[in-house]
Amino acid sequence: MAKGTLHRITGPVVIAKGLNAKMYEVVKVGNQTLMGEVIQINGDKTTIQVYEDTSGLKPGEPVETTGLPLSVELGPGLLNSVYDGIQRPLAELRKQEGDFISRGMTAPALDRKRKWEFKTTAKKGDDAKPGTIIGTVREYDTEHAITIPPNTKPGKITELKEGTYTVTDTVCKLDNGHEISLMHRWPVRKARDTQKKLLPNIPLITGQRVFDALFPIAKGGVAAIPGPFGSGKTVSQSQLAKWADANVIVYVGCGERGNEMTEVLEEFPKLVDPRTEQPLMNRTVLVANTSNMPVAAREASIYTGITISEYYRDMGYSVALMADSTSRWAEAMREISSRLQEMPGEEGYPSYLSTRLADFYERAGRTITLSGKEGSISVIGAVSPPGGDFSEPVTQNTLRVVKNFWALDAKLAQRRHFPSINWLTSYSLYLDTLEPWFKENVAEDWRESVNRMMSILQEEDRLLEIVQLIGSDALPDKERITLRIARMIREFLLQQNAFHPIDTYSEPKKTHMTMKTILKYADLAYASLEAGMRAQKILEIKAKDRIGEAKFEKNYEALLKAIEKEMEREFKA
Amino acid sequence: MEKEYKTITKIAGPLVFVSKTEPIGYGDLVKIIMPEGETKTGQVLDTSEDIVVVQVFEGTSGLDRDARVKFLGENIKLPVSEDMLGRILDGAGKPIDNGPAIIPEDKLDITGAAINPTSRASPEDFIQTGISTIDLMNTLVRGQKLPIFSGSGLPHNEIALQIARQAKVTGKESSFVVIFAAMGITNEEAQRFVMDFEQTGALKRSLVFLNLADDPAVERLITPRMALTAAEYFAFQKDMHVLVIMTDITNYCESLREIGSAREEIPGRRGYPGYMYTDLATIYERAGIVKGKKGSITQLPILTMIGDDITHPIPDLTGYITEGQIVLSRELHRKNTYPPIDVLPSLSRLMNLGIGAGKTREDHKQVSDQLYANYAEGRDLRGLAAIVGEESLSERDKRLLKFAAEFERRFVRQARNENRTIEGTLKTAWELLSAIPEAELIRISPEIKKKYRP
Repeated sequence: MAKGTLHRITGPVVIAKGLNAKMYEVVKVGNQTLMGEVIQINGDKTTIQVYEDTSGLKPGEPVETTGLPLSVELGPGLLNSVYDGIQRPLAELRKQEGDFISRGMTAPALDRKRKWEFKTTAKKGDDAKPGTIIGTVREYDTEHAITIPPNTKPGKITELKEGTYTVTDTVCKLDNGHEISLMHRWPVRKARDTQKKLLPNIPLITGQRVFDALFPIAKGGVAAIPGPFGSGKTVSQSQLAKWADANVIVYVGCGERGNEMTEVLEEFPKLVDPRTEQPLMNRTVLVANTSNMPVAAREASIYTGITISEYYRDMGYSVALMADSTSRWAEAMREISSRLQEMPGEEGYPSYLSTRLADFYERAGRTITLSGKEGSISVIGAVSPPGGDFSEPVTQNTLRVVKNFWALDAKLAQRRHFPSINWLTSYSLYLDTLEPWFKENVAEDWRESVNRMMSILQEEDRLLEIVQLIGSDALPDKERITLRIARMIREFLLQQNAFHPIDTYSEPKKTHMTMKTILKYADLAYASLEAGMRAQKILEIKAKDRIGEAKFEKNYEALLKAIEKEMEREFKA
Repeated sequence: MEKEYKTITKIAGPLVFVSKTEPIGYGDLVKIIMPEGETKTGQVLDTSEDIVVVQVFEGTSGLDRDARVKFLGENIKLPVSEDMLGRILDGAGKPIDNGPAIIPEDKLDITGAAINPTSRASPEDFIQTGISTIDLMNTLVRGQKLPIFSGSGLPHNEIALQIARQAKVTGKESSFVVIFAAMGITNEEAQRFVMDFEQTGALKRSLVFLNLADDPAVERLITPRMALTAAEYFAFQKDMHVLVIMTDITNYCESLREIGSAREEIPGRRGYPGYMYTDLATIYERAGIVKGKKGSITQLPILTMIGDDITHPIPDLTGYITEGQIVLSRELHRKNTYPPIDVLPSLSRLMNLGIGAGKTREDHKQVSDQLYANYAEGRDLRGLAAIVGEESLSERDKRLLKFAAEFERRFVRQARNENRTIEGTLKTAWELLSAIPEAELIRISPEIKKKYRP
């Protein structure tokens, strides 16, 4: 491998001299062989971002190339793991080195000793090309398909062995000399190949009423959650991680709080997946690069996360990637860019910010994989706009590529309206594409109910402006009733308690029934008003206030039906 | 014997440029000896084969190119010992209380290493501060970092002192060791802190680092790291629970900006360096609990918001790292309300970990949510009442308006030495809520209402 020497060190970016390296090649820096990546080449000088603290490095220390781009290990053993931004297994590091992360620590991402039961699905003599599934391994409850890696030359299988193997044992040989083991490596900055992209027309059910009903996301869709601090962004994201009906969850804590990561780390293993009754952690991969861990590794963490997602997608799974937060990722880019003395774009961010963001989000989608299966990656990226100002570059560049915008609102959070999604500024561009699915699988009038909810809420906004000026008593009766219905929608439908065992998940059917019951009251109320009933009486109907109880009720169907009956009775009387 | 260099080529602001050195390590400690024998300390910020850039903590005034530079080949270290408790040190860790020299048990690198996320234990012990707005509505838990966002002239120091005096974990007798790091505060403020510590006898269990307004600005960059290194020593080697109070983070960030501009870096928002988030994170993230260790570090940083602007980069970036914030309000302060804590923008992200049955009381969360909802609505209505007059409001609105006023009078306001128990705070809360019809208490479940509503 080529060798050079260190010339200059200024924080996480160092310059080496006399090194013959390629762009984005991984290099070992200094006597402690810290891991770094080449980010600029200028004549004899090579600029390297180092993934670890550079204190104590001296000019003159050796730098060595590895010949490889920054890559991750892909194979059985990823699930239930916790990695840092460059896929070092944190639990393993803790075992080796203790509670604090010291420098120059390395451990393989996949356990080299653990054995896996490999079952073949192909046979000797079969054609094998990239994406061909040769067998499976059971990883908790997930059937982990072992495929011919994308960068392999096609050939015929000459040898294929069933049995128990470690990830590095050869299990298959091809006639062109390739040897295949359970794991392979893939460069993180390169999207994995697929056959073709499909339109995202199946919803990712989240069990959160405000998302599923008003702002649904598709499997393979991309959403952004921007929110000023303290607006409930993290709770919303972990609710999505817990309840979204994806097969595999990849959660990237990018530049976030240590204690928050701990909450995820402690909570996920305890959480039971409602569908499989297994711990949620068994289908989750966590990438944790907290804010005080090296900034270059933070930059890499997003790529590590999406590459792992692509790997599971290639097996035909639907994967949900949560990135919290992409603003911290952008800031890491900015920090490194400014150390390179690059000419800054808007607000000091590098001019390639929008390309990088778009590249990342484009790796999401619903696809036909190389093996011919259908898989998807949905990306939910949190954005943390400074000062809650949505006009800043990261939010704006994100909005240009995402289809869902879930605007968190600090004001709602202050009033303890959770999830604090602002229903007026949020949007989903998947409403139309997903309509047929909801029609077929939940209810014929799903979209119609949703539309009525939205129009009442919009009407409320208009009316509240008037109320601000003249007070609510001066409103006409019909409008007063509308305000009351809007309040019911907010309290009974939109608000959801993440910490209540039942309310934390609301299946589409329940969401639909809640909407219907509220609309039932609306219909009865408007009709009775027409028929001459006094508005005050209509507002005093008691049964309607009980709709909220259904949130906390397992047997919600019976309850909502009873409430509807009771409402009818009250209106008649 | 380290080599000395007399090759200073440039002095600019707090930076000294030294040429023709042997290879020098990044971040190494530097001694600069002036011709008269006075020494200054500094740290390597940039090192290359041609030139080494040193930031000088005491400032460069009086330095000339005749000064000799010595590179010590190690990072800045803090000598630590249990005898440090009760002592007052300067911002660089030297005793200034005329006491005996501290005999170090160990010398620790002040940069600190990141705690492995898998080694962290979740904070979960409720800290009773005796202040209702914090205990009930923005609960502090052991191992949390909860800053006070204040403005100039607001009583943030009094609140910090009150918390330091009263903080305890109910049911456990162990009290806190308080480490106090002052960065660029005035001599008068510092004296009030020290006097308060002395009067209450808290100094015995405290360690004070003082970098005052007239001390070198660059020294401020190491003061919090000194304090946190001492905190880690007491928490993770000596099994103590440590409360770290740092004031004022705004001064720290100003120093960071000063260094940045002296290095001619490309500035980020409002001239602060682009790496300020990462830099602040290396301070704030040194709080928490490590699995298998008995001690803990709880942080209470104080920052004054410039122009009371919460979107200014300093409070903004801080809020993204810390686990919530306690926001002080000038309006409440003007109304002579102490502590002027505005609960609406305040938040404790770890609150839910520390409250509920077995920790505080089962009704804690619901009562808090209800207070938030009613107070927020009541405050909003003030604007409306000012336009249309209180008389034309509905009964419900009038009730909420009254609730907001009572809430500020009875719940927010308390005396500077008033130490309320959580039970007492909950009792007051229920009394306030009794003015609201039961059906409107939608954040509280029927069972809880039945059990606690007076």
